[in-house]
Amino acid sequence: MSRERRAKRDSRNERAVSDRGERSARSASSGKRVATDGGTDSDIERAIRETHPALIAYITAGDPTLEETKAYVEALDRGGADLIELGLPFSEPIAEGPTIQAAINRSLEAGTTPDSFFELVDGLDVEAPLLVMTYYNMILQYGSEPAVEPFVERAAAAGLAGIIVPDLPAEESEPLREACENHGLDLVFIVAPTTDGERLETIMSQVSGFAYVQARLGTTGARADVSGATHDSLARLSEYSVPKAVGFGVSEGDHAAEIVEAGADGVIVGSALVDLIAEADEPAAALEAKAEELKRGAMRGAEDVPEPEQP
Amino acid sequence: MSDSDRDNETSFGSYGGQYVPEALMPALEELEDAYERYVLENEDGFMDDFRARMREFGGRPTPLQRADRLSERYDREVYLKREDLVHGGAHKLNNALGQVLLAKYMGKERIIAETGAGQHGTATAMAAAHLDMPCEIYMGRTDVNRQRPNVYRMRMNGSDVNPVDTGRGTLKEAINATLRDWSKSVETTHYVIGSVVGPHPFPKMVRDFQSVIGTEAREQIQEQAGRLPDSVLACAGGGSNTMGTFHAFVPDEDVGLYAVEAGGSTLEIDEERGIAPNSATLSTGTDGVLHGAMTKLLQSGDGQIMESHSVSAGLDYAGVGPELSYLVDIGRVTPVSVGDEAALEAFHRLSRLEGIIPALESSHALGYLERAAGPAADSASGQGPRAEADEDLGDLVVVNVSGRGDKDLETVLEETEKRDLEAAPDVEVFDR
Repeated sequence: MSRERRAKRDSRNERAVSDRGERSARSASSGKRVATDGGTDSDIERAIRETHPALIAYITAGDPTLEETKAYVEALDRGGADLIELGLPFSEPIAEGPTIQAAINRSLEAGTTPDSFFELVDGLDVEAPLLVMTYYNMILQYGSEPAVEPFVERAAAAGLAGIIVPDLPAEESEPLREACENHGLDLVFIVAPTTDGERLETIMSQVSGFAYVQARLGTTGARADVSGATHDSLARLSEYSVPKAVGFGVSEGDHAAEIVEAGADGVIVGSALVDLIAEADEPAAALEAKAEELKRGAMRGAEDVPEPEQP
Repeated sequence: MSDSDRDNETSFGSYGGQYVPEALMPALEELEDAYERYVLENEDGFMDDFRARMREFGGRPTPLQRADRLSERYDREVYLKREDLVHGGAHKLNNALGQVLLAKYMGKERIIAETGAGQHGTATAMAAAHLDMPCEIYMGRTDVNRQRPNVYRMRMNGSDVNPVDTGRGTLKEAINATLRDWSKSVETTHYVIGSVVGPHPFPKMVRDFQSVIGTEAREQIQEQAGRLPDSVLACAGGGSNTMGTFHAFVPDEDVGLYAVEAGGSTLEIDEERGIAPNSATLSTGTDGVLHGAMTKLLQSGDGQIMESHSVSAGLDYAGVGPELSYLVDIGRVTPVSVGDEAALEAFHRLSRLEGIIPALESSHALGYLERAAGPAADSASGQGPRAEADEDLGDLVVVNVSGRGDKDLETVLEETEKRDLEAAPDVEVFDR
């Protein structure tokens, strides 16, 4: 399944590169941060490097129903999302702001379960690799005994490429990391504005796929500007080779441009998309258009990155 | 540090741990450091300062009182640990004052806390006023509406009260909201968690601040009765009075420790609607992760947290402290449960027989005493007749009266009217 997705994406990337024109093709082969697939066997890392700068889109699965989620995922894929995170709802989403809390409530009220979530993913046919974002208890409780293996096995079978768990810090991650390694999934870690020193090194030694750079303290939610913490965090991470994607508060193409210009390999957008699902007259069309805007913004940011000096 | 060393430090067997967003981890490290230095090592005389304030401001030590008429009724020696006499009317101040003082020593500028019924919120607001710290309390909208006097008490002590509109608007949502505030304000703010729950080091630290209950009781019972008790009873919601009472007795293997949970209306759960009409987490829960810790939970098979229920708001929580889960697993603590009705009977009984109006939470512990030792063994006064009582409590029993029941009068009046309670007084004096 994931191999098929990869093949589809590869063909799309060729198109994308030719569409983007000369300047961006040049930028995409010019620097330390981009270009060659360094022999990674991570679908996610590869997708980010090949589509650089990547747009990572989050929506809550089952908001308002799983059928609609399918249409929205396809719209985001058409609009240019290079990776798509699907939220599997948990009743106590402590890392989320009001927008995503409300989406999670809608999804739970619609009866979304881990099994119906996996069935949705089984049936998705899009080019962008898919990740699941959920809380640790949902992973633990899948299957008959509290353990992480059954969830990861099912996620792999559904073709998911990675997992993000907002309430699982590196210290508690060993069982899930091992299961992910066994099943060829990436486990994405969040780097917070408060993360530095030894903690940062520990996390960066365990991360796979990409480092999720939390742009600001607090919860998820669309904001009107890009935080200063984003620039600081990207500077702290510049020596690490794993791709960096920035999320928490990103809502507009201009934000995406600024973040990529500051050195990010990707931008993560969630609440702004969830808002469209809740409010737009035609959410699928609105999501596609928003994804296009964000992807254009990210690419504009990449163009503005100064060329490294030739030796 | 090896992984197993770390496990021993941050968990109790397989329970506990630190399941929180990365943004909070540096704050937990800072708190661990402060806990070790100030609480465990008494740096800068922190614990001396704390104990002096608990004496002068908090009214400690509290008495261990022989309950003469209960002793007669149950044909054994019954002693009550009177935490209802702590300033504020409950054991909650032991922890709240400890943590607000610790925040002060750590140089934090602001206090936040969650509260369910308002007991922890009012204790934290008192401590914050006493120590001149700005304080904000998160409280579910439902609880705000049904606990107006407590909201007013917090406001009078100068704390802000932030109603939480999500979910059912009770304790679980209040904790979620406080964690969200903390993930934004963590650099300047200390989160005074209200029970032995949450990520390490909270369960150990809160237990240590509360352990004064059992430490005093253990000395007092030996002085007054000449020996250690056969059993110790305490109610268990999150478990702070439970662990506070039990901690000193854990090494005394001959002392039975009974954690009395809220049986609510029934122990049956309604999985479809996600409702547990009880809060009997230790008795019926399964292992999972909530609010930063691996512990026993009331949850659906998928892992969604259930809405719990109890007539006693202070026990109404779908989780429980991880150390209690551990002590139950290794067989050191016996979990039992008492339903709403038996708790209400016990509330009225203690008021009538001993002149002490207990909190509805504490009434659960007293309700279990009636069930296990009561003369009306075959009546419907408990959830089951005496023959079904789980254990023999022995000849010398200590019950922790964790708080006083003045706060519960409205609930008790309302709930008593719905039922035909043996021990309830006649209130026909009111003109209806």
